[in-house]
Amino acid sequence: MKDFLNSWGLSLAIFVPLVGAVVMLLVPKANEQLHKVLALATSLVVALIGVLLLANFQYDDGKTLQFVVDKSWIPFINSRYIVGIDGISLPLIALTMLVVPLCIIYSWNHFPEPKNPKAFLILILILETGMIGTFCAQDLILFFVFFEVVLLPMYFMIGVWGGEKRRYAAMKFFLYTLFGSALMIVSFMALYFLSDKVPVPGGGFEHTFDMRALPVAAAGISSTAALWIFGGMFMGFGIKVPMFPFHTWLPDAHTQAPTVGSVILAAVLLKLGTYGFVRIALPILPEAAEKWAPFIGLLAVIGIIYGALCCLAQTDMKRLIAFSSVAHMGFVMLGIATLTDFGINAAIFGMVAHGLITGMLFFVAGSAKERFHTLDIARLGGMLKQMPRMGWILGLSAMASLGLPGLAGFWGEFPAILSAYNPGGDLNEGLFRVYMVVAALGTVLAAAYLLWLYQRVAFGLPKEEFADDPHVHDVSFTEYVAWVPMIVLIVVLGFFPNIIFHVTNPAVSDMVSAMGLGS
Amino acid sequence: MLVNQFLFLGAILFCIGVYGVLVRRNLVLVLMSIELILNSVNINLVAFGAMWHANDTANLSGQVFALFVIAVAAAEVGVGLALVLMIFRNRQSIDADDVDLLKG
Amino acid sequence: MPQLLDKVWIVPAVMAASFLLILFFGKRAGTKATAAIGIAAVSICLVFSVVVAGQWINRVNHPPTGEALAEDIRQASGLTPQTPEVVEGEIDAATHDSGETVEGDHAADDHASDGEHAAAEGEHGDEHGGAHASVPPVVRTATWFEIGPIDFEIGTLVDGLTAMMLITVCIISLLVHIYSTEYLHGDVRFTHYYAFLSLFTASMLFYVMSSNTLQMLVGWELVGLCSFGLIGHWWEEKKNTDAALKAFLTNRVGDMGLIIGVTITFFAAGATSFNVLHINEYALSGAANSTLLLVGALCLFGGVTSKSGQFPLHTWLPDAMAGPTPVSALIHAATMVVAGVYLIARLYAVFFEGLGIGSSSFHYVAFIGGFTTVMGGALAFVQTDLKKVLAYSTISQLGYMVMALGVGAWTAGVFHLFTHAFFKACLFLGAGSVSHACHHTFDMREMGGLRKYMKSTHITFLIATLALAGIVPLAGFWSKDEILAGAQQGQENAYTAMLVMGLVTALMTAAYMGRAYWMTFWGEYRGHGTPHESPKVITVPLWILAICAVFLGFLNLPAWFNAPSWATTRFEHFVEPTFAFPAVEHPEFTPWLAVLSTVLAVAGLAIAYLYYERNKGPHGLTHRNAAARAGYTFLENKYYLDTLYTDIIAADTKGPLARAAYWINQNVLDGIVDGAATVFKKLSGVVYRGVDQLVVDGVVNGTGLASEESGQLLRRMQTGKVQQYAAILFAGVVVLAGVLVFVV
Repeated sequence: MKDFLNSWGLSLAIFVPLVGAVVMLLVPKANEQLHKVLALATSLVVALIGVLLLANFQYDDGKTLQFVVDKSWIPFINSRYIVGIDGISLPLIALTMLVVPLCIIYSWNHFPEPKNPKAFLILILILETGMIGTFCAQDLILFFVFFEVVLLPMYFMIGVWGGEKRRYAAMKFFLYTLFGSALMIVSFMALYFLSDKVPVPGGGFEHTFDMRALPVAAAGISSTAALWIFGGMFMGFGIKVPMFPFHTWLPDAHTQAPTVGSVILAAVLLKLGTYGFVRIALPILPEAAEKWAPFIGLLAVIGIIYGALCCLAQTDMKRLIAFSSVAHMGFVMLGIATLTDFGINAAIFGMVAHGLITGMLFFVAGSAKERFHTLDIARLGGMLKQMPRMGWILGLSAMASLGLPGLAGFWGEFPAILSAYNPGGDLNEGLFRVYMVVAALGTVLAAAYLLWLYQRVAFGLPKEEFADDPHVHDVSFTEYVAWVPMIVLIVVLGFFPNIIFHVTNPAVSDMVSAMGLGS
Repeated sequence: MLVNQFLFLGAILFCIGVYGVLVRRNLVLVLMSIELILNSVNINLVAFGAMWHANDTANLSGQVFALFVIAVAAAEVGVGLALVLMIFRNRQSIDADDVDLLKG
Repeated sequence: MPQLLDKVWIVPAVMAASFLLILFFGKRAGTKATAAIGIAAVSICLVFSVVVAGQWINRVNHPPTGEALAEDIRQASGLTPQTPEVVEGEIDAATHDSGETVEGDHAADDHASDGEHAAAEGEHGDEHGGAHASVPPVVRTATWFEIGPIDFEIGTLVDGLTAMMLITVCIISLLVHIYSTEYLHGDVRFTHYYAFLSLFTASMLFYVMSSNTLQMLVGWELVGLCSFGLIGHWWEEKKNTDAALKAFLTNRVGDMGLIIGVTITFFAAGATSFNVLHINEYALSGAANSTLLLVGALCLFGGVTSKSGQFPLHTWLPDAMAGPTPVSALIHAATMVVAGVYLIARLYAVFFEGLGIGSSSFHYVAFIGGFTTVMGGALAFVQTDLKKVLAYSTISQLGYMVMALGVGAWTAGVFHLFTHAFFKACLFLGAGSVSHACHHTFDMREMGGLRKYMKSTHITFLIATLALAGIVPLAGFWSKDEILAGAQQGQENAYTAMLVMGLVTALMTAAYMGRAYWMTFWGEYRGHGTPHESPKVITVPLWILAICAVFLGFLNLPAWFNAPSWATTRFEHFVEPTFAFPAVEHPEFTPWLAVLSTVLAVAGLAIAYLYYERNKGPHGLTHRNAAARAGYTFLENKYYLDTLYTDIIAADTKGPLARAAYWINQNVLDGIVDGAATVFKKLSGVVYRGVDQLVVDGVVNGTGLASEESGQLLRRMQTGKVQQYAAILFAGVVVLAGVLVFVV
């Protein structure tokens, strides 16, 4: 079993969804039930592989890449098919493998207009391939391929199944992120050409795209070049995170996307950006990272405050949640910008927590939209009276989102604030302590917009418009099945943060010390 | 005996023939001019044949070649007249300027 | 009886289990079962708390020695004591004190620090007039999570302070649970209420037994959550949810300070542990960075300011009265609001050293405490709502507690916390009983003369009022007097300003409570119908609390009274920490001060009697005198702080500021994006029409055109005339022949 997983585990995890999609292509469109079953089965198989990976992962050795596969792919440019996971990727992969089946279950009876379960579910499966592939890839070109694979399915999901302004939102999402990726691939190529040559199997020395070898191979790149390369990667990843001021694609994309699209976008796709920082940008170019860090920290804290302020001005619930993503990812980026093990551990925890929490918020918003056919906050109200269970779930998610200790969100925010007090390397302590205070102010604003939203939507009495509406029913069975795992995880991770920290800490500590910046 | 006179004669006949081919509108006259050209060539050939024969008694090439030309001319006139006849039957005219269907 | 001190985590676990049971099964089980679960759970916790207290008292009386002591000291500093020299030094000092020597690992090297430490401990012991061995608290920890090389702990710390808080929380919670069965009878969400009560009790118990600041932060926020849920209990009405939001958000603002303070103390103490004793030890060690301690203490005080209703973040407390009265009694009088005071008490070394309490006569914390007492008291005069009077009274009394800690009178402050819990809860529950009888109003203008109809409520309310006012020999007198003595004597210098503020407030307290008392219970009944006494479920808790208010004061009888040593200062003896605790001077009982404060209290009551009951004095002053009216309006508007916070800061942030940020987003940032898109579209138009169509396609089309034109030209050669072709042919041949002849 261990050997099988070692050689096939990750590749299966990456490509099984694609296989499932191909199978679904062959089934005629009218056979909706079969499509749903196939999609769910495929995602559950992937989840099962994930469970096996979790069970066979050596947690004590979390810093070494495990389940590594290294095969020749494009010998001409020395790009190989290298996949492997360590403590940093594992939580994110687990998150992905959890979210996708839940999304499929959620959609079981509620496909958005124009209903076409076959196409919709195939797109979700392709997305899963792209997401898991990105987290597993250890070769820059392979990473880039998977990074881009997620763009098209999401474009279609928004553009076909989305809201009124879906064309604009889909185009904006696609072009904006692609623009960043274009700069990113230039950076990758610069890394390829400017880094030292490494020995290749079969003799000889070549430039490489291998992410495992690049930290050492790239050590010789001149600092000016490194700054520019980091800048290119910063654009590519930063747009995806999304960082202020490159975030404007997010509100439109989230507002117009169908519920499941928003959930996947918020839960996983945003993490591709921050993961890129942690996996690629920081380890390969530590000195450049140190020079860029104050700027990244600045944008992060601006994002925290700015995102919160924009949330307060929103009248549409989904758009508000979208801006809250900007604010939360600000905390994650602040943690990364401190270049300490505290900060990066917090960042990864924050990624997982945000995925679960904001995913839940979007799910609830989607269910509300389905019942009320509007998400205009002024028209909503009294959810706790009409749909008490959903109101409670919204309350729990809101509390988690504002970082209440005892729920998962806290462990993404507090260690980030803590780490800003004592940033790594030669970073200016005074500057980062200012960031720390600003981030703490951000928690106040987070409580403000979330509780104000909750007051308007859940408290009070239902508005006349919907008071007697029979469509407004409480949480349904499929919704329960989809939501309970996430809610349980939010609570459990809040009380037992070590579930994540235990996994990430060895890898992060190793990475930080390998960066060699001192503290 | 010099061959020049015969060559002159041949040249003059040739020119008259060319003139006729190029300028005359009546297709039959064109054919006659072609005959004239061929015959001028014959005179040239015989004249040169005689010149060679004077040096080498066995060489009768010029006369033989002239006989060839006469035969070819006869064949060509036959075909040519047949063509002119067909053109006349279809076009009711043997004016060369009227046969310009290939005008671009 | 197994050592509960080691397993004290069971106590909040019981309440947490109760919360889960009620949450998932309460609705189905019905209101009676729900209440029964809650009451049973709290009763069990109370029993456990009493056992814990007993075991702690036993520990103080028979402190551990030798190896057991050494082990306790090692455990106390948590999982990663990065200052092992200090720990070993303490072990040596402590074991020297207790007469048994245990060899610390670095005993030989550390005699110098031993000496200092022993001196400190020795002084400490002498203050009490009896050999008072340093008794370390019982600390049990487990790994919570690991980051970097550090294992962060979750654990329990039990000492006298913990035991006292456990008992207080459990008793008041139990009485509130019982009281609520009647008060919330028929309520629209009875089980929801009991669930939150259980969760609150669990969180508060978790908070007071935390062994490290991170855990305290978790507990702190969880009780804030419960406060939010319970204030907004009747969330159908907007004003209740507004109050809940205000409470949560104001506390969040203070929590900024708390988070930063926790961060600073963590890093100052070596960035290895959040453990409370570790931080305290650092603060007391000579190597402490005094600027960091000061900043850390002030930041932590930010959290205290909001949670414990200090100026200027006290504005949420009066609004919190929108919640059910038992909640106000439990959370906003007796337990949650004292979480901030507890924080200062627990991390006292940080505050003592950081603010220089030992050597100053005026500093920020003491000032704010004193100012709060005066400010809160003043506001109580202009309230017509009985609960609001009590709320401002709570703010004022919290000010006393903070002031006491600020002047170095640790035991006085904590003792006041203890006594205040009982008589304030009694007052609140009494107010609830009154409202129960007066058709659920709290407006004192609709009450009056209730002493005739509600004997139990009246007597208990009176007792509690006298206790609050500080009339000897009730509980409030002893605790308040000790605070005043602490201010009067100070540590090295007297805190005279605080003393003055304290005395002024003593007068005010009696006066406004007298006002409330006379308006409610004397005169004629101004409402409709006939009020009647509340059922036993309500009055029995009132009596219990009132009896406590009478007798609990004697727990800290000053030594001045020459009573036998088992009866003197028992509270101080068992509750004040002796380990990792600064050497504070204890105030001595000062007769003239005691007499003065009692006189002031009696005077206050008398003034209130004359003004409100007998209608003597300058009534209608505010109508005649502009200055008086201005002052009254100023008070009525709560110093315009609410205007500032709600109408200016909050409204501007969520209104214009938020809209401005969103405008920037849509028009500037998105404007750039959309503008970039428009520019590119125009550019592409230009490129398409100008370059592609015109130039590139032009070339292509031009090529075609060229060939067409040249074709048109050349076709003239095709006349179809054979003779012409022949002529051209002939001309060509002539040219070639010429070339052949003349050139070649």
